[in-house]
Amino acid sequence: MAKQMENNYYDSYPDERGHFGPYGGRFVGETLMEALYALEEAYNRYKTEPEFQAEMDKDLADYVGRPSPLYLAENWTQQLGGAQIFLKREDLNHTGAHKVNNTIGQALLAKRMGKKRIIAETGAGQHGVATATVAARLGMECVVYMGAEDVKRQAMNVYRMKLLGAEVIPVESGSQTLKDALNEALRDWVTNVDDTFYIIGTVAGPHPYPAMVRDFQAIIGHEARQQILNVTGKLPDALIACIGGGSNAIGLFHPFIGDEGVAMYGVEGAGHGIETGQHAAPMCAGTSGILHGNRTYLMQDENGQITETHSISAGLDYPGVGPEHAWLKDIGRAEYVSVTDDEALQAFHDLTRTEGIIPALESSHALAYASKLAPTMSPEQSLIINLSGRGDKDMHTVAALAGLNF
Amino acid sequence: MSRISQCFERLKLDGQTALIPYITAGDPARWVTVPMMHALVESGANLIELGVPFSDPMSDGPVIQKACERALKNEMSIHHVLDMVKQFREKDTETPIVLMGYTNPIEAMGYREFAAEAKEAGVDGILTVDMPPEESEEFLVILKEAGIDTIFLVSPTTSVERMALIAEHAQGFVYYVSLKGVTGAAVIDVAAVEEKLALLKQQTQLPVGVGFGIRDGKSAAAVSEVADAVVVGSTLVNCIAEHEADPEALPAVIAGLLAEMRHAINARDMASK
Repeated sequence: MAKQMENNYYDSYPDERGHFGPYGGRFVGETLMEALYALEEAYNRYKTEPEFQAEMDKDLADYVGRPSPLYLAENWTQQLGGAQIFLKREDLNHTGAHKVNNTIGQALLAKRMGKKRIIAETGAGQHGVATATVAARLGMECVVYMGAEDVKRQAMNVYRMKLLGAEVIPVESGSQTLKDALNEALRDWVTNVDDTFYIIGTVAGPHPYPAMVRDFQAIIGHEARQQILNVTGKLPDALIACIGGGSNAIGLFHPFIGDEGVAMYGVEGAGHGIETGQHAAPMCAGTSGILHGNRTYLMQDENGQITETHSISAGLDYPGVGPEHAWLKDIGRAEYVSVTDDEALQAFHDLTRTEGIIPALESSHALAYASKLAPTMSPEQSLIINLSGRGDKDMHTVAALAGLNF
Repeated sequence: MSRISQCFERLKLDGQTALIPYITAGDPARWVTVPMMHALVESGANLIELGVPFSDPMSDGPVIQKACERALKNEMSIHHVLDMVKQFREKDTETPIVLMGYTNPIEAMGYREFAAEAKEAGVDGILTVDMPPEESEEFLVILKEAGIDTIFLVSPTTSVERMALIAEHAQGFVYYVSLKGVTGAAVIDVAAVEEKLALLKQQTQLPVGVGFGIRDGKSAAAVSEVADAVVVGSTLVNCIAEHEADPEALPAVIAGLLAEMRHAINARDMASK
């Protein structure tokens, strides 16, 4: 039965035009259509090519530091008094988050396609840093678009990108956050489509991005699956990951989709609370629509205008979500929940004090949900939380809340 | 025959190139859009492209982005746009109107409801910039049933194979985007456009309009040399932005701007007769 589900799902989604049920697709201006077909063709060619795979595996091992450990958080497990809690330590990757798994892959693809220039959008700055990093290494020109609001709250990552040789362009339009950075990156791409490769940082955007980014991030789940089998001898009972666009979550979930006994929880940012309207939880409180090249759940008003989002973490501050998550929600394979800024902050402090690990505010949302779920489970059960990034970049935000300014 | 096709037939008989102005509905004030539309027709517009404001116009440059922001500040919705068309039709039943914008506001309303209300309001064509033929199957059928033309874009990156695919679905006219980039970007290269149009003309019998990069009488006349229609947007919207504080003056001001292009195109049309 499990095997059958696995085959059906993995063979069917996305379909050849990039659809996950009604979601996904390619909703872009005509100028980009040929570029998307060329990208899809190149990706399909190289993903099965042994040389490409070998180069990527080597980079992931020697440059990123993979495999990332699966860590049993014993203190925290004991404190919560329920399921055994394992942390998938993506925070230990080079550049401090899961984002680099994908930028390594896309940059190698860019090189093979003969592109000279790389562009990217970024919210918290982690994807921007991961892109600037691989661009520096490959000697490629790099331009990163970042909402002017995010430039302010993530000053450290802006400086890191500049040190790495990237040009960071603050985007002043709209809400000046991640969605506007994506708009601006798409405008750049449409203008410089001949020599430019657009490295999208999440599982959103037009086909083939959601599938391609997922495949590059799926190493998280493949490793975690093997690691937990080695330790406990069985599959986990639940997986938990935070969701902005959803790349770290799909990376963990995807290899487990066929394992029906494994529950999956995607945690959105509830901001000041869903009921206040100031949040970033399109799957908990949004409706289906079209933005940034794909159909998915969005935060929008009744006239189809995208509404402003709020989350304490810049990486979750996005009004959409990857189309595959929308589909996993509709077919009931994954459950999508939300936690508030305050709950995430509490979890941030809890993990820091009990385990000596300072998590990113994004990942703290997954931790906060785990602290609710774990006590309802038994000690024979286990759950894996994707610790998608480390908290260094959030020191200013957290300190400011405590009344400190550096 | 649709109002758009009739319009192009008539112009062809007269040896005239169509002039198509674009303005964003509700920019800079809701009440001034319909008076501007009438003023544009009086100064030589053959067809009007009315922009449906969207919060995230990813194919547009800063000029039209800001127009969308001004319109949305006036709480414009797609329903208001349709009301404007209805109001325009009280005085003008001849000039075709194409709604131009992004898919999401239409999707939010529902394809069927939108098509029915657009038809009733007097809309003749729809151009959704982020909906390529591959994604428009359902919408195309519904628009066809309602008798509304679907306008598609062709760009400098479009291959001959894709031109054929687009030609298969296009109605009314085909809109050729003259350059790689967003609206309001660079200056048009007429020779490059001519080359591409020759390929496009082998794939479709429909008239071809050319837009992006046309900013004055001179560039409008140059494009009319190779195209069936000249589309002008950012230049007008720029002028609208300059008069944001003085909307009363706008119908006369943009009519003047369009008239200059009309004269330049007419002079070119006469010369080539």
